[in-house]
Amino acid sequence: MADEVVLLDFWPSPFGMRLRIALAEKGIEYEYKDEDLRNKSPLLLQMNPVHKKIPVLIHNGKPVCESLVALQYIDEVWNDKAPLLPSDSYLRAQARFWADFVDKKIYDIGRKLWTTKGEEYDAAKKDFLDCIGLLEGELGDKSFFGGETLGFVDVALIPFYSWFLVYEKSGNLSVEAEHPKFIAWVKRCMEKESVSKSLPEQEKVYDFAMLIRKKHGIE
Amino acid sequence: MEEVKLLGAWPSPFCYRVIWALKLKGVKYEYVEENLTTKSERLLQHNPVHKKIPVLVHGGKPIPESTIILEYIEEVWPQNPLLSDEPYERAMARFWIKFGEDKTSVFIAYFQSIGEEQEKAKNEAQEALKTIEHGLGDKKFFGGEKIGLADLALGWIAGWLGAMEESAGLKLLEPNMFPHLQAWIRNFKEVPEIKENTPHHDELLAYFKSLRERSIASARS
Repeated sequence: MADEVVLLDFWPSPFGMRLRIALAEKGIEYEYKDEDLRNKSPLLLQMNPVHKKIPVLIHNGKPVCESLVALQYIDEVWNDKAPLLPSDSYLRAQARFWADFVDKKIYDIGRKLWTTKGEEYDAAKKDFLDCIGLLEGELGDKSFFGGETLGFVDVALIPFYSWFLVYEKSGNLSVEAEHPKFIAWVKRCMEKESVSKSLPEQEKVYDFAMLIRKKHGIE
Repeated sequence: MEEVKLLGAWPSPFCYRVIWALKLKGVKYEYVEENLTTKSERLLQHNPVHKKIPVLVHGGKPIPESTIILEYIEEVWPQNPLLSDEPYERAMARFWIKFGEDKTSVFIAYFQSIGEEQEKAKNEAQEALKTIEHGLGDKKFFGGEKIGLADLALGWIAGWLGAMEESAGLKLLEPNMFPHLQAWIRNFKEVPEIKENTPHHDELLAYFKSLRERSIASARS
């Protein structure tokens, strides 16, 4: 029986991008469905009744919600190609730790970079750069967090690059100036088709963010 | 056999979930009680990013974050499995583990607040419990017939919530509201490794009463 894979997603979501990259890395064919989050489809509400959020991976009719949970699911089911998690248990724990770190920090701090001003913004800017610094430290001299190939942490983190124009333009921030090694890693990731085809253009994301900002009266 | 150490702090439920996993798998370990007001060099060295307990130290290598420790324990000591072999079932367990983690702040808010704020937090907390009740259904445990990682991660509801409710003076698990969850609490508490490794209600009550007094006092000042 052929696998039926559907991805419920929203084009600027870094969490959705994670799954796009993983599916591409593993060469899995799937149907992409872009949701209108102001008008959620009955399918989304049915497949993720608890959170009503994207992304949702639907495999042969069964939904898997939460992007890192779905990433592990994809890695376990399609385990013949492009492994995301290493086989060593300690290294797996480390990968899970840093992916969890990205989840706990990057999205929320990043959001503050374009929705706050003054002292709150300054604190967020410092936090953000500290986090990038920690990640850069973890990367060390490796080409990718996964070693020679894209791994769990790479896939969890790189989607946020599509939001860097939003983060940087809003307040005169340059990640490259502070952390050039991090940007070198970004460029290596972007050379991979699975990544470049899964991330939207930064300008498009910027326009989207500015629309949201205007709509919510944040100037 | 490489040495296993657990850096913890009584009565953290995040610690206890690791203790339960180690006990269920018959893994010998050394427990080290950490002082969270004056953090040791050892703790800061083993968890420099978050500086929190629990940290499992296996053969000298540290693994922080309780849910990550649970997955590590499951992989390294596969006897008495706490996760299904089946990827979809594993994804379901991980979903509920994450749900519990994401709702921690709601329960903390309920515990630390008073008056109207507490009423609001109570409603949110009960919504979370209703979702868990629905997800559990009439299964004996989250994993089915056997206790699993999701049960361990949500185990604080069985051992800690009662004492929290009593000291906060506001009940969450109202009678007849959560029949599946109440049944699960009874089943969970009966598992020998859980029964023998859960703080006594009276000790928890004293602990939470003192904690709540301090939280309210600092909120007022």
